Amino acid sequence: MADTGSERRAKRMSIIVTKGTLDWAYPPFILATTAAAMGLDVTMFFTFYGLPLLLKNLDLQLSPLGNPAMKMPVAGMHMGMPNLASMIPGVDAAASTMMTRLMRKKGVATIEDLRGLAVESGIRMIACQMTMDLFDYTLKDMIEGPELGGAATYIDVATQSEINLFI
Amino acid sequence: MADQTLDAKGLNCPLPILRAKKALQTLGAGGTLEVLATDPGSVKDFEAFCRTTGNELVESSTEGNVYRFVLRKSA
Repeated sequence: MADTGSERRAKRMSIIVTKGTLDWAYPPFILATTAAAMGLDVTMFFTFYGLPLLLKNLDLQLSPLGNPAMKMPVAGMHMGMPNLASMIPGVDAAASTMMTRLMRKKGVATIEDLRGLAVESGIRMIACQMTMDLFDYTLKDMIEGPELGGAATYIDVATQSEINLFI
Repeated sequence: MADQTLDAKGLNCPLPILRAKKALQTLGAGGTLEVLATDPGSVKDFEAFCRTTGNELVESSTEGNVYRFVLRKSA
């Protein structure tokens, strides 16, 4: 609309997705789907621990261990978890269940939903070839849609994008 | 009256925007969409969405804890 100059193409955004925990899966998918809804061409590059976000079956977990900022609302207060307690087996699973319930209660979309919307809105998804090799994944393990690529593929996208994020 | 109403009450960011975008796609140019939401963040977000996409934010109002927006689809 307010575009000046001769450029007519849609603005572009790229996101490098490096984290695959239940909490950190959100920012890339929220920003990607919203940008696409606002008319941007979006590319997501999934690497290292972000790669499992493309798996057909998601089993997202989070850990309060080493995360002093994670304070959950409990009985009118905000409760953190000391590292010593976070180390007890089962605490990660319990915290993940608690977070999932809290998100449902607050009307936050699931990652499965956001990912589906991302695919539907034509967001380009690139799975890092090196990470695929490293962790023994093939495209058969992944949802339909992602293509394979490496650092050069990403840089090529980034040089043509107005917004480049690393999450 | 708007051509279409979207009930996005109870949905959190970014769902009201994503649903609104979908609803707008079903409208012709100049068509109007009413969105009802309870996410307080949606007030700023619908302003920003319209600024970037070129759709017109015809109305933004609050009744109790419900935010009401009327968008007119750009040509």
